Amino acid sequence: MDKDTSLDTRKQETTLAEGERTRASRAYLPRTDIYETSEEILLTADIPGADESRVDITLEKNILTINARVDAGWFENRRLTYQEYGLGDFQRSFALSGEIDREKIEAVVRNGVLTLHLPKTPAAKSRKVAVKAG
Amino acid sequence: MYARFPLSSNWDELDRLQREMNRLFDDVYPARHSAGGYPAVNLWVGEDVQIVTAELPGIGLDDLEINVLGASLTISGERSADDLPEDAEIHRRERLFGKFSRTIELPYPVEAGKVEASLEKGLLTIHLPRAEADKPKKIKVKTN
Repeated sequence: MDKDTSLDTRKQETTLAEGERTRASRAYLPRTDIYETSEEILLTADIPGADESRVDITLEKNILTINARVDAGWFENRRLTYQEYGLGDFQRSFALSGEIDREKIEAVVRNGVLTLHLPKTPAAKSRKVAVKAG
Repeated sequence: MYARFPLSSNWDELDRLQREMNRLFDDVYPARHSAGGYPAVNLWVGEDVQIVTAELPGIGLDDLEINVLGASLTISGERSADDLPEDAEIHRRERLFGKFSRTIELPYPVEAGKVEASLEKGLLTIHLPRAEADKPKKIKVKTN
């Protein structure tokens, strides 16, 4: 990538600090962009290998959790000759400090990219909303 | 670069151990493995076909070019950045955008006319059959 060659392009594995997983497979942190406009918080995450049927998004209190299950498919139980990236699910949580209109959340998955529209409640639109890593 | 030992279970065990060691060191020296380039690839080598996979989220087939020459595979393309509303405030920007190109040397030459590539759910899979000329010849032994 020409943007910043010093940027580490490797996948980052999730840590146990986020709670141990029930599935035995590995999990990775999806690379995520988060933007905020006056109307909504827009989150996009790279989850290659998962489609809309394999993504769970939960918002409990103010914790947003993304869980994308990736099917190893043909490579299941096959030993790779040479491996640069790990195979596993994508999982990540964020703490939202603003009020989100839960009924109007929209999620789309296309080409392995999750786009999540989190509209603000009318009351929150007038206030500043900050997003922190969970 | 490639593990080309016989695939016995002893080697599997050693390989697993090596991966575990790499993971331990990765935590201490994170920059150690990043020289590979983008995209990161996985390779599976069979007798007559080698399969390369790469994670390329957000890219269409039109944005991607795959070239094969002998045993060299080149994957290049461009991922364009998202269009954002004017008043958008950035909280977090981790995804990678821009041009990329990477050449990988494969274990054996490829029958270029029979290469098949698919891009699904942001995963690129390339089937690279072994060149006919490179296949081992079986020699029949005649008895008198």
